[in-house]
Amino acid sequence: MYHDNDRFKIFARRAVMLAGGKAVLVGALAARMYYLQVLESDKYTMLAEDNRVSMRLLPPPRGQILDRNGVAMAINQHNYRVLVVPEDTPAMAYTLDALSTIITLTDHDRARIAKEAKRRRSFVPITVRENLSWEEVARIEVNAPDLPGVLIDVGQSRYYPLQSLGAHILGYVSAVSENDLTGDPLEELPGFRIGKGGVEKIYDMALRGKGGTSSLEVNAVGRVIRELERNEGEPGVNLTLTLDTRLQEYAAQRLGDESAACVVMDIHTGEVLVMASTPSFDPNAFNRGLTTEEWKTLSTNPRSPLQNKALSGTFAPGSTFKLVVALAALESGAVTPDQRVFCPGHMQLGSIKFHCWKKGGHGAQDLISAIKNSCDVYFYEIARRVGIDKIAEVARRFGLGVSTGIDLPNERSGLIPDRAWKRKAMKQPWHPGETLVNGIGQGYVLATPLQLATMTARIANGGLAVEPHVARDLITDQAALIRPKPEWPSCGMSQKNLQLVRKGMFAVSNEPGGTAFRARINQDGMWLSGKTGTAQVRRITMRERETGVKKNEDLPWKERDHALFVAYAPEDNPRYSIAVVVEHGGGGSAVAAPIARDIMIEVQKRERARMAGLNQGTG
Amino acid sequence: MIRPTPRAGSHLNRTEMGWRDKIWQINWPLIAVLTAIASVGFLTLYSAAQGSLQPWAVKSMVRFAMGISIMVAVALVDLRFWMRHAYLFYVISVILLVAVDLRGTIGMGAQRWIDLGFIQLQPSEVAKIAVILALARYFHGASYQDVGRPLFLLPPLLMVMAPIALVLKQPDLGTAMMVLMSSGAIFFMAGVRLWKFAIIVASGLASIPVAWQFLHDYQKRRVIIFLNPDQDPLGAGYHITQSKIALGSGGIFGKGYMMGTQSRLNFLPEKQTDFIFTMFAEEWGLIGGLFLLALYVLLTALGYAIALRCRSQFGRLVALGITTTFFLYFFINTAMVMGLVPVVGVPLPLISYGGTAMLSLLFGWGLVMSAYIHRDLPIGRRGAHDD
Repeated sequence: MYHDNDRFKIFARRAVMLAGGKAVLVGALAARMYYLQVLESDKYTMLAEDNRVSMRLLPPPRGQILDRNGVAMAINQHNYRVLVVPEDTPAMAYTLDALSTIITLTDHDRARIAKEAKRRRSFVPITVRENLSWEEVARIEVNAPDLPGVLIDVGQSRYYPLQSLGAHILGYVSAVSENDLTGDPLEELPGFRIGKGGVEKIYDMALRGKGGTSSLEVNAVGRVIRELERNEGEPGVNLTLTLDTRLQEYAAQRLGDESAACVVMDIHTGEVLVMASTPSFDPNAFNRGLTTEEWKTLSTNPRSPLQNKALSGTFAPGSTFKLVVALAALESGAVTPDQRVFCPGHMQLGSIKFHCWKKGGHGAQDLISAIKNSCDVYFYEIARRVGIDKIAEVARRFGLGVSTGIDLPNERSGLIPDRAWKRKAMKQPWHPGETLVNGIGQGYVLATPLQLATMTARIANGGLAVEPHVARDLITDQAALIRPKPEWPSCGMSQKNLQLVRKGMFAVSNEPGGTAFRARINQDGMWLSGKTGTAQVRRITMRERETGVKKNEDLPWKERDHALFVAYAPEDNPRYSIAVVVEHGGGGSAVAAPIARDIMIEVQKRERARMAGLNQGTG
Repeated sequence: MIRPTPRAGSHLNRTEMGWRDKIWQINWPLIAVLTAIASVGFLTLYSAAQGSLQPWAVKSMVRFAMGISIMVAVALVDLRFWMRHAYLFYVISVILLVAVDLRGTIGMGAQRWIDLGFIQLQPSEVAKIAVILALARYFHGASYQDVGRPLFLLPPLLMVMAPIALVLKQPDLGTAMMVLMSSGAIFFMAGVRLWKFAIIVASGLASIPVAWQFLHDYQKRRVIIFLNPDQDPLGAGYHITQSKIALGSGGIFGKGYMMGTQSRLNFLPEKQTDFIFTMFAEEWGLIGGLFLLALYVLLTALGYAIALRCRSQFGRLVALGITTTFFLYFFINTAMVMGLVPVVGVPLPLISYGGTAMLSLLFGWGLVMSAYIHRDLPIGRRGAHDD
């Protein structure tokens, strides 16, 4: 045996060294295990849960919208969809062939399905078609054994059963765009619709509700293994409006094909009973998705059906503005009720001649008769005496030139000019002649029909600064609370002066010769007091005056006058105010006043019927 | 006198044993520990298949049974036979490596196995054992003085570098590293001077920048991601990130058998092969992981005991070489799944699903057991009866 002893010694020593090295390595493994599984365990447990659990949002049902009598204006409809799960169907083309014998499938649909099937994982259902009818659903269900991987799914879609009626107040819902994102995770859901326009927009958060969640266990490729937990969320708040759909319908009919707007409101509470804007549109089309042609037709129509003219349309108020000028004059003492102004048919200021609408003139006019006859010269004179700044100040107190604060989007505040405004906006001094023009509601003055109805309401309710609203309840993000009884601040107008103006308005529609005498209401207790207005949209030249002013009917539509009428009723115990504006409709007394009269009769009849019903119910 | 000698009063003539004597010498503790480790594998493969013997657990059991049979058969063959044919095995394994380079099957982006029809042979697995046998034979007859001569060390160095070069060409970095390290262990045990190791390690470190150039892009990426796994958590770092999540979320006591969410929901990749330790430790926690670690340590200790008990240098070197290879397998694999070393394709020995590795490992343990059975057999320089 040669030198084996030495070698074994070396071997044994080195075996110990090698074993020591291995022990260090094993120690490192154990330490690493301890670090991962004990010290860092919480962190990794959380990460594992994150991996495993996927939260799905459950869209809550959107709140319904009802009118003041509980008539449904916006509801959710079941949207039956047919889906196909690629991995459950042996041959997609064959299954689609079978489906197309039962329901109509376009080539476009098939191309889209093929594209999605390629892009998505095979267990993700693909929508074949939406909005199936009951019959189609039944036919698919009956043939289910021949349609592997095909399933029916129920979604919710918004439906406006009254179609175009009240569309401007309701607004519509449509897909979420980039700019609409508020951070609500619901917005990320495919197919989620949010309110665009109208109360759908203003009360969107409340109508939406709170999304529920479903915790799902998913595997690495996202396939759902099972549901771990479910939280149903909260359905959207049901919204009751102050509108009366029957009156709304009547008003819309009465306005007909005109480009017009009408607002009826409760002068004490500010509840808007009617807000019509014609022509209208069908909001269902927006939910469905408009075709390019439909959109083109809607957006290029000169009568702008998409605009809510009641609050987005601004018009020269014409003679309806005289009510404010009269109040400003009385308030500032520039005129007493009995003071008379002689109207020869025109008024000279410097070198310029200002004409009255009546060629021969009205003769001597006091306040009441000037309102009744809508005498321009009288108002030129008192406007001159009061000055534009005072007129503007009083106009604003009555809600003109400022937004009314109604709970609807896109309200415009119109324009009430004064010296400061002109200096700022036009960099020019105010001309005295402009006071005259604006004093009869022409020139720069602009107002929305809603503002005119609000102004009238404030005159009729004794000078309280009522503000209009369309939601019956006070809506928060979570609930509908009962609106507290309103305590409107005063406009600071003396009752005596308001009474004088109301007396003038009574004369307008109840005394022979009044500009709206033909639009009077004869029924007892429904009497209406109002003021006509005819707003010129083009200048009448001197030559025209000599050769004779063209009749409205002879002008192109765009150049015809706007017809306006504001009123309140009943005369003895005012309850409702109304404003009617017919764009390029002609004269206020001939066109707007009769419409307003008919609507006001209907409004009061309806109230009487309601009271009768109540009495019957309680008695 | 430390040299092992036959126990006093032993009636055995260990130089010429009959079959019956050898069977009595079978090392049952070794078989028991191997079976225990393999059983952990069966259990985990059953869970990996969501509670089913198919497709992995049954096949793995069959292979283990085959492997144990081969192991016993190898163990009963005279240790001198293995020594005499050590170079032959080595040459065959190098030829196989060349063959796989020439016309091997491409799998996982690397040429790794030859389809022999009845079995898919992985020459790199064969090479691991063949290199150990060849080195053991070479150093068997070397004295301490021989080993001190640099020229004497040249042939074994070339013997090591040839298969490493071929394996790297496949490319299989994991196997190359293992061959290099287990060969290093044999050089070390044979008595190569420590300062020579120091030089090798130093020059090895110095050549890293050069070696870097020769790495494949995916290998470079693995190293970079190992150094900073958060850089690409969903891409190439995904494996290791998910593995750490699975391990960490297992905690001390684990999520329970068949309840590992990471593996059951497929977040864990390759859970039946390279990442099986992660799955086991997710379900059994730190306790289970340490238990498995203890089994491997016990097996290593058995290997050491056999090596130290062996009378011939060849037997000692083979036993220690195989034990070290086995240790490297499980160390690299577990260190990899825990994010301690870069991801290299090294299976967890006896547990990961995969045929050739299990058979070749048990073949190797057969050699260790042969060393045990023939522990008192004195072997001459050339494998003859005695000098």
